[in-house]
Amino acid sequence: MTVAPTTEVSRLLREEFDSVLDAWFATQKREGVRRPDLFSDRESRRQLSDLLRAFSDALSRIDITEAVDIDADNWSELRMALSEITLVRTERGVAPWEMTAFMLALKQPVFEMLSKNLADRTDRLLAEAADFGRVVDALAMHINEYFIAERDEIIERQRAEMMELSTPVVQLWERVLTIPLIGTLDSMRAQEVMENLLNSIVEHSAEVVIVDITGVRVVDTQVAQHLLRTAAAVRLMGAEAIISGISPKIAQTMVELGVDVGEVTTRPSIRAALAEAFRRVGFQISRIEDTRV
Amino acid sequence: MSEAASIYTVDKVLLVAIRDNITDTDIINLQEDLSERIVNEAARGVVIDIAALEIVDTFVGRILAQLSSISRLLAAETYIVGMRPAVAMTLVELGMDLPGSKTALSLSHALRALKAKGLA
Repeated sequence: MTVAPTTEVSRLLREEFDSVLDAWFATQKREGVRRPDLFSDRESRRQLSDLLRAFSDALSRIDITEAVDIDADNWSELRMALSEITLVRTERGVAPWEMTAFMLALKQPVFEMLSKNLADRTDRLLAEAADFGRVVDALAMHINEYFIAERDEIIERQRAEMMELSTPVVQLWERVLTIPLIGTLDSMRAQEVMENLLNSIVEHSAEVVIVDITGVRVVDTQVAQHLLRTAAAVRLMGAEAIISGISPKIAQTMVELGVDVGEVTTRPSIRAALAEAFRRVGFQISRIEDTRV
Repeated sequence: MSEAASIYTVDKVLLVAIRDNITDTDIINLQEDLSERIVNEAARGVVIDIAALEIVDTFVGRILAQLSSISRLLAAETYIVGMRPAVAMTLVELGMDLPGSKTALSLSHALRALKAKGLA
């Protein structure tokens, strides 16, 4: 293990640990990022003390006058302590910016102590302040990255779930399928919809498929293009597509946008589409006169 | 007769089965063979089965469109049948959705449609 050169910062953190801790705590209080509504003074102090201890340990081992790489192995303990506190604090509802400010609040008190202790050695003061600032900045950045990674993970998971949930192909009758579309239809989903639909056509030997867009919030030129391409692919497979759920408003928008549906059959409601589908596959629904109420 | 595509006569309907490894020369031969057979046998229906086709490009897409156009000119109604989902998606992606060609799910579907019109 390498031994880092003794710096005023590492000496401060080792020998004046409590006063640094107090000053950090006070700065957070002043900047309003302490969140006394979420954490008691004792709990906050314990978190700060754990983090500062890990920081102090790291500084005694690592030479921070060189490039700082928080992701490197020798920072792992401090990184873990930081992630743990970030997790605890965010779970109680601390915002990302507050968490960053929480970390950055360590700078000012340490700078003040440095400038007092190294008042007669300006060159060293500047160098140490710069190095220390770099480390704290890197830690703050690490916190931000933690948030972004966390959020990306949630988004990715939800996207996958939505993808799975959102393209169910349902058999309505023999040789008749429907796919009710809900939400927004971007390129990725359109591809998924097309794939599911075409595979289901093969699976069920379907002759008519109803693409219902009642639940599609916005129909713009791109969505219309996706729908028409799906209809074209369905036709190539030897089946017919009926686009249903075209509201009066959507019909007007589509015409205003200059979308030409060509020979694709459209119906205002899924009910009308089903009636048309039955007609094409040779079925008929009739009322049983005797049981009419 | 090319090896990559065979033409059979089924109930006055010409069935063209295309294999996956079809080459450009095969296709040109096929065009010739098919147009002659349509005229010689006075066929009124043609079914092109592409179920074996796993990969398409613009060339194959254009040939399919040409085959249907030639048959139509010779008064034979043409169905393209058995297209795989991946092939359909590729053709649409390439912007070749064969507007002039009729399609059906399978050979039997196409035969049924032709019979209904009295062409088979």
